[in-house]
Amino acid sequence: MSAKTMTGAKMVVQALIDQGVDTVFGYPGGAVLPIYDEIFQQNSIKHILVRHEQGAVHAAEGYARSTGKVGVALVTSGPGATNAVTGLTDALMDSIPIIVLTGQVPTFMIGSDAFQEADTVGITRPCTKHNWLVKETDQLSGVIHEAFHVATSGRPGPVLVDIPKDVQFASGSYNKAQPAKSHYQPQVKGDIDGITDLVTAIEKAKKPLFYTGGGVINSGPAASQLLRELVEATGFPITSTLMGLGAYPASGDKWIGMLGMHGLYEANMAMHDCDLMINIGARFDDRITGVIEKFSPNSIKAHIDIDPSSINKVIRTDIAIIGDVAHVLEDLLKVWKSRGRKTNAEKVGKWWDEITTWKKINCLAYTQDKKTIKPQHALARLEALTKDRKDRYITTEVGQHQMWAAQYLGFEDPNHWMTSGGLGTMGYGHPASIGVQMAHPDALVINIAGEASWLMNMQEMGTAVQYRLPVKQFILNNERLGMVRQWQELLHGERYSSSWSESLPDFVKLAEAFGAKGILCSDPADLDDAIMEMINHDGPVIFDCLVEKHENCFPMIPSGKAHNDMLLGDADTQGVIDAKGSVLV
Amino acid sequence: MSALKIKKGATSHSAYNLRPNFSDVEERHTLAVLVENEPGVLARVIGLFAGRGYNIESLTVAEVDHTGHQSRITIVTIGTPQTINQICAQLGRIVTVHEVHDLTVEGRAVERELALFKVAGKGDDRMEMLRLADVFRANVVDSTLESFTFEITGTSEKIDAFADLMRPIGLVEMARTGIAALSRGEV
Repeated sequence: MSAKTMTGAKMVVQALIDQGVDTVFGYPGGAVLPIYDEIFQQNSIKHILVRHEQGAVHAAEGYARSTGKVGVALVTSGPGATNAVTGLTDALMDSIPIIVLTGQVPTFMIGSDAFQEADTVGITRPCTKHNWLVKETDQLSGVIHEAFHVATSGRPGPVLVDIPKDVQFASGSYNKAQPAKSHYQPQVKGDIDGITDLVTAIEKAKKPLFYTGGGVINSGPAASQLLRELVEATGFPITSTLMGLGAYPASGDKWIGMLGMHGLYEANMAMHDCDLMINIGARFDDRITGVIEKFSPNSIKAHIDIDPSSINKVIRTDIAIIGDVAHVLEDLLKVWKSRGRKTNAEKVGKWWDEITTWKKINCLAYTQDKKTIKPQHALARLEALTKDRKDRYITTEVGQHQMWAAQYLGFEDPNHWMTSGGLGTMGYGHPASIGVQMAHPDALVINIAGEASWLMNMQEMGTAVQYRLPVKQFILNNERLGMVRQWQELLHGERYSSSWSESLPDFVKLAEAFGAKGILCSDPADLDDAIMEMINHDGPVIFDCLVEKHENCFPMIPSGKAHNDMLLGDADTQGVIDAKGSVLV
Repeated sequence: MSALKIKKGATSHSAYNLRPNFSDVEERHTLAVLVENEPGVLARVIGLFAGRGYNIESLTVAEVDHTGHQSRITIVTIGTPQTINQICAQLGRIVTVHEVHDLTVEGRAVERELALFKVAGKGDDRMEMLRLADVFRANVVDSTLESFTFEITGTSEKIDAFADLMRPIGLVEMARTGIAALSRGEV
């Protein structure tokens, strides 16, 4: 490969082009001006000017999660970099491959407390998968190519490349690909002994359950296809974490709904009672396990994960398979088929009878009256009116609305559901919807929000309007920090400390001020028409849906309780969490 | 790294007793971590321990392969077997970490630490110091009329023992390197 000489700034753009990047989300500033100058002089890469660096990183996340490609953000030094920290941490927790390029003060000023200087690699070391400070222009292209490799290999994650301004101005030799084979080569093929152990367990299991997570989505479309094949062939029930929704279709007859703290009754009961738990690309997060001692006490636990540190981190695993989900499932299916496709069908049939009984509880039931829109109803209607659209992408903010969205919306395909799972970042959904819409210009992209979360990154409405991105901001407005309010009701004697959203803006006027369309809906009778008006509007919309103010999100596993000890709708909420449970978040 | 090996023809009974038997007793382990010698790599390792609440009893780091840009970090840590496994796995995730070895698990390792002791004393105390140094095979590397500086190499326990004996005589100052360790036997 012949090396070409060019400036560091040009290298950045060239490396992005060579990596297949078509969109960069960013915000200029002094330390990245040379790169912005290069962006100005080319047409291969679109640059989307966000309104806050946090928005750039979440938009890159939305782009990455809806495409399976790497999302790219470009920000300046100092405050530009520190504003990116929340997005980086979010991407780290949810294993989203993104690259954040930060400007830095020139190398000869590093350490002098220069204007807009921050120790960016120091600050972002714990919130990136890896980061680099590039001090030589000759190394810049190699580092950027390596950054793409690291972000996408193994368990994906965010990486950051910090580029001092003098490195951007100086000339050096550009390499089209990584200079040498990277040392970083995570294991993707699963150990055949572990796979054989799991096949043995599958053949014998009486109460098996697939518990799948975001790892299936991250592994790519092939993983979801193989998962579907495995589930259909075995006939075992399947549940998923918040992160894994869509890997198996919600309309599939083996689907028993999301599990966890606000998961479905049948899914949590099945988790508690199963005798073989097959964890595929999930990580036994505390929203899933609840209190460890009471977690699925009688099951063999098999765990397929690409990250060795996920094994035995929280839950002791019986059968551990380290590898990429698609690779492992392919081998698993091969071995299982070659041994005669055996399952204990009779016992599994009885297991399904139990699950059917739990389903009859109808844990998502709610009562919609004629006066006030229930938030569940708003989402049920949104689902009814949009579920046939294959190009529907949903992002969310964080809180009650997020859990209701996970409960009441069905996802048929992977990469159509973007939500902040691990970090629980309020303010994620709006910029993420912009990233998704950039990747899928003609799709129906809806951000399901609460009014409080939405206000955290409302400035990005300017971005949506500027680039004519028809994102729909579907705000379930209860004038409360709903999940905080719910916990205060459960845990703090109904003392609603600072959980009332006072002085809210008029969202319709706010939309108009940004140059977008605003829709207000408060009457259940108007809801369907209003939703259709939102969908049919060719442009960004803020939908202010005034909902019941004191609705709680059920079902719920209260802190410190087991999966078979859930609160259902209309539950008595006083005194259900004891002192031990109340210290948990 | 299969957590268990079900033998061929395992019975259904055995399939229900697969859990690795992790003890809750804390153990001291010596880890050897081979890393890319680049800026920030030590911060990544230390940051991991601090961020996830693991213990560092001692830590030694130096370049061991100049042309290959490799450094070796030797860490002594304390935790339950589950925690130690987790520490090794977490270290293995760091992109610039090439190899992680739990020397305590991989078989008894040769572990050595170097220490310098400055001990003050006059008259008979000086004789006693030299006698003890002789027993411990410590060398005098500096002396004044009122003090000796000793160099001692050995296991951490040996250095602890030497310190315990020197302290009542007049131990003024001590510097320890932390452990350097290699696994025993063939490559």
